[in-house]
Amino acid sequence: MKLRLSEIAHARSGDKADNADIGLFAWEPLGYALLAQHVSAEQLNIYFAHLWPSTDAAPSIAAARVERFDMPNLLALKFVLRGALNGGASSSLRSDNLGKTIGAQLLRMHIEVDDAQGAAALQAAQQEINRF
Amino acid sequence: MTRVRLTSGLGFYGDNWTPVLSAIEHGDVQYVCSDHLSELTLAILHKDRQKDAAAGFARDLLPMLTQLWPAASQRGVKFVLNAGGLNPEGAALALQDLFKTNGWRARIAVVTGDDVLHHIDDLQASGEALAHMDSGADLASVKNELVFANVYLGAQPIAQALAQGADIVLTGRVADAALFLGPLIHELGWAADDWDKLAQGIVVGHLLECSGQGAGGNFGSAGVWQCIPDLSHIGFPIADVSADGEVIISKTPGSGGRINFHTLRQQLLYEVHNPRCYVTPDVVLDMGELTLHDLGNDQVQVRGAVGHPAPAQLKLMAGFRNGWMGHMVTGYCWPDALAKAQAVAATVQLQMQEKNIDPQEVCIEYMGHNSFLGPHAHPNENDQVNEIWLRMAIRTTDKKHADAFPRLFPWLALSGPPFMGGFHGMHAASQLLGVWPALVSRESIESQVRIHMKETV
Repeated sequence: MKLRLSEIAHARSGDKADNADIGLFAWEPLGYALLAQHVSAEQLNIYFAHLWPSTDAAPSIAAARVERFDMPNLLALKFVLRGALNGGASSSLRSDNLGKTIGAQLLRMHIEVDDAQGAAALQAAQQEINRF
Repeated sequence: MTRVRLTSGLGFYGDNWTPVLSAIEHGDVQYVCSDHLSELTLAILHKDRQKDAAAGFARDLLPMLTQLWPAASQRGVKFVLNAGGLNPEGAALALQDLFKTNGWRARIAVVTGDDVLHHIDDLQASGEALAHMDSGADLASVKNELVFANVYLGAQPIAQALAQGADIVLTGRVADAALFLGPLIHELGWAADDWDKLAQGIVVGHLLECSGQGAGGNFGSAGVWQCIPDLSHIGFPIADVSADGEVIISKTPGSGGRINFHTLRQQLLYEVHNPRCYVTPDVVLDMGELTLHDLGNDQVQVRGAVGHPAPAQLKLMAGFRNGWMGHMVTGYCWPDALAKAQAVAATVQLQMQEKNIDPQEVCIEYMGHNSFLGPHAHPNENDQVNEIWLRMAIRTTDKKHADAFPRLFPWLALSGPPFMGGFHGMHAASQLLGVWPALVSRESIESQVRIHMKETV
């Protein structure tokens, strides 16, 4: 089945110099397992390709633009997108010069997951949201 | 002291200090630690300083303390603020004037030594390459265009200023979390190599440095943001820290916002890059074993920060002139709002060719459609869109071209597609500033750090 990340996670993004920085937080452990399994640095490199419009680096170099850090103690993945902010906040032409909405873009990403695992994670996330 | 309570002050230049007043009056805090400087802020302060040499500090310092000092001084609450920006001495002078006018007494400590703009040659002569931290590029490529260069100092000068009896510590660039770690070191007597405790202190600072973002502000996805109570009266986070490193995060009783596992972990990982190796001037923090234990009632216990020895180098952040931006915004109403905005974007680009405006880069955004989501925006059916705002921005090396750019728009009001509105005048060209992070040995910086104590009468 197909899941949208917003159904099982929340996110916050920001900037450090020319690097975008996204925290992706599963609502609960079943969702974290799906994120860890299905949301890779390589995928984000493609999903966010528009953030590097003028880059013509070789794919192997381009792949290193995105780094992922796993934080199971916080049910979270952290992604760093290097050189993704159009030169950095004070040099950027973009409305969102600080990369604050990049987290929302990530939450719109879809992943293909095992039906039973997906259904269980959806239900568990909804329970956690209801408790919020 | 065996425990100390700190509250967030401001989380950025322009933030709201009403929640800080509540924390002073009803939160039983001993310190307000206020972060006025994002990476971007020094670029803003540089522009202020160009217009007025006495400026260059975060001006909200003055109205903020005007409102907070009476309540704070009554209770012995102290302030640590990086509102000095590019001009801590100027900030102190302005503050002394304010206190004199009001007949208030305070000991104000000013920490300097972070500003190295005029010492770049000396640093390089002593062997500091100051190459770009991410790309490795040589500083020579931008050296003549530098407008500021500041090194992130740590918590020790702040702790020393407090030990000397300061009521208000005013700094320029310091690591954001150091504003909080300074009072913890001073009050709780933490040693400079007690890495795990210092790491806990950095966690405290990081959770509090963005004010409301550590209490349910800027939080939540669809259907959840609405569950945060009373954001209008949000309480900024308060940390209660014991000498052995026990940390409870809470907020002012009765205030809005939410402090729980979810809201705090979002802030914990905010802008830290590698959470297993968060480098600060005082300690390298590993969050891998850290736990946030939700106690309910807007209280969370933080445990398990692991610290590794402080780095041999400090981080320098310089800004350099990097061309100009010309930009314009204008709105289009139904029918065909998006199609018309697209047509106008094409027209403006054609005009740029015909008038020899040759930008290095053109940014076209359809506000209300894709300015934030880019290619991940929902593909709207043209005729269903109520209205669209076209925003165009260009990057140029020549200011004349950036200035000329907005003049490509006004004629479209009478000679372009129909139902154009919201034309709010033309924007002057903006100077773009690139940022240059680099590493520099701590000895060469720390030997220049000074604390000046000023009494007000």
